[in-house]
Amino acid sequence: MTHLDQLKPSMRGTIHALDVGKDLARRMAGLGLRPGSTIEVIRVGPFNGPMQVRVGHTDLMLRRSEAAHISVCLAV
Amino acid sequence: MKRIALLGMPNTGKSTFFNRLTGAGARIGNWPGITVDLLSAKILLNDAMVEVVDLPGIYNMHGFSEDELVVRRFLETQPVNLFVVVLNACQLDRQLALPLQLKALGLPMLILLNMADEAKKLGIRIDTERLTQALGAPVCLLSAKFGSGFDIAKQALAEQLKLHPKLQHADKAAFQHDDSIEQELATLVSQSIATPIQMPATVTDRIDRFMLHPWLGLPLFFAIMYLAFQVIYTVGAPLQDSLDWLFGYLKDAWLAPAATHLPLGLRSFLVDGLYDGLGTVASFLPIIVIFFMVMAVVEDSGYLSRAAFLMDALMSRLGLDGRAFVMQLMGFGCNVPAILGTRVMRSQALRRLTMLVIPLSLCSARLQVFLFFISAVFAPSTAPLVLFSLYLMSFVLVFLTALIWRGRYRSHEPLMLELPPYRLPTFRFLLLEGWRSAGHFLKAAGIFIVAGVVLVWFLTHYPFEAEPASAATLAGRLADLAAPVMSPLGLDSLLSIALIFGFVAKEIVIGALAVIYGMGGDDLSRLLAQKLDWVQAYSFLLFTLIYTPCLATLSTIKQESKSWRFTLLTVFWPLLLAWVVSFLFYQGARGLGF
Repeated sequence: MTHLDQLKPSMRGTIHALDVGKDLARRMAGLGLRPGSTIEVIRVGPFNGPMQVRVGHTDLMLRRSEAAHISVCLAV
Repeated sequence: MKRIALLGMPNTGKSTFFNRLTGAGARIGNWPGITVDLLSAKILLNDAMVEVVDLPGIYNMHGFSEDELVVRRFLETQPVNLFVVVLNACQLDRQLALPLQLKALGLPMLILLNMADEAKKLGIRIDTERLTQALGAPVCLLSAKFGSGFDIAKQALAEQLKLHPKLQHADKAAFQHDDSIEQELATLVSQSIATPIQMPATVTDRIDRFMLHPWLGLPLFFAIMYLAFQVIYTVGAPLQDSLDWLFGYLKDAWLAPAATHLPLGLRSFLVDGLYDGLGTVASFLPIIVIFFMVMAVVEDSGYLSRAAFLMDALMSRLGLDGRAFVMQLMGFGCNVPAILGTRVMRSQALRRLTMLVIPLSLCSARLQVFLFFISAVFAPSTAPLVLFSLYLMSFVLVFLTALIWRGRYRSHEPLMLELPPYRLPTFRFLLLEGWRSAGHFLKAAGIFIVAGVVLVWFLTHYPFEAEPASAATLAGRLADLAAPVMSPLGLDSLLSIALIFGFVAKEIVIGALAVIYGMGGDDLSRLLAQKLDWVQAYSFLLFTLIYTPCLATLSTIKQESKSWRFTLLTVFWPLLLAWVVSFLFYQGARGLGF
């Protein structure tokens, strides 16, 4: 188990928990980031920028500071 | 009258459906207790007038983002007949959460699964029967953009309104308890939606391989921005010039002769005050319309959130995001549409910080002043360097201002943006967008601009016996009062009067100097070269670059922020900055013996 910001492009896993406040958790859930969802890192922005991830049929960008609070079980 | 509230998550094509349903008749309006404007329209549906209100896109009914608060406040205070919930059929795995939450409010719903054509292409199968049962609301498949399924959806709308003729308030208690719908959502999704296990690599993935490429992405971004900028301002500028010319022509050929018999004060007010005010408003229209059409392409194609992705590493350090950078770049043409364009940012703090930095972008009006001044005072060999230094200064001040104010305008909404598939907006939609933004600008900012122009006219023309813009006018006296503040910058009171004119629109500074000195063109250039040395001239250029945004920009800021306090900040912060920078430069240069 690791945190989302540690993942490299094309790595996948299952979201284990969102270690954030209730508000942000709701927002993340609205975008599809909920425990149990499969997540894949597509790429990372220039100059160590934000991450592009894919959850279900949604691609989204989020900053590493937020990704650090999402724990992920890596897929083998 | 019956009322429908249109709800949905961002990027579902909710607005596209709204546009198709209501056409060009939509209006932006205020609602009691709600801080943002909402788009609404009255339409005739089966012999009954129905008001359709397009609520902001939200991810969650219980969240605390500004948009979510707006939606909740609206639903708490306004009774409606029906919710129309627009969902993206490709993303039902997460979007079904919204109708599940709305169900608890106890109002009738109609569910529209938009982009049904895209979902079909992706091989997603949706059991609408089961959804209808589970949600207790009819479900229609739709492609709002291309119109398939639209007639059926409209018919369903009419039927639902007939079934629910009474306006009802939402169940207030339901807003309070945050029901856990996780389990319900998971069950509903697994029972009603079948998704192919292996998603095919889409066109979007292939385009993104270039657009978001680690090395190619940023150069492509700047190329696209350059192209957008060129389209807006090479098409817009001649239109703006011809409108200016037309207004000038009508003034000389028709208005001025017609007004000769009026008393001096009234004539001056009509011709040089009110009329010029109207002309100023009109001259912004072409650029605003074209800007919004181009920006609609950039945004609706899905590229704007990619731009945010590419620029985020830099912009996040400034407390801004990549979309702010796009608007700031566009501000180098004209600040007004750039300020209007910040509407894509949904966080108020982020928007305000962006609106604070945009006026520091060296716009084309200021460029005109600089080109004239630089060629008058500086040698041809140093001229490009001088202009370049001003552009550099513009960027430095943007960064500096963002760094200083980012603590005050800290966004509490983390930046999490969808990167939607690339899509082309329809031409019809672009026209509608251009038309609507022009109307919005006219309605809200127009009156402020005219009032401001009249105010400056009064300052520079009263008392009417005095020569306009001379030391005997109110402006002249004001400039005398300001002399102790302005002389440490190397600026005399005649230049100060020109700056007062420049508040209306920066490009007027040159025209004002022509009036003040009673000469124009080459004569004015020679006189300026005689009167000012390069240190004074550069100090004046710095001041012109930075000091208060022009009236049109300010009116737009007032309209968009809905706050006088913030608007005053955008007046006084640049003014202070202008003074400090010019002071440091002028005294520094003199101290070094120049």
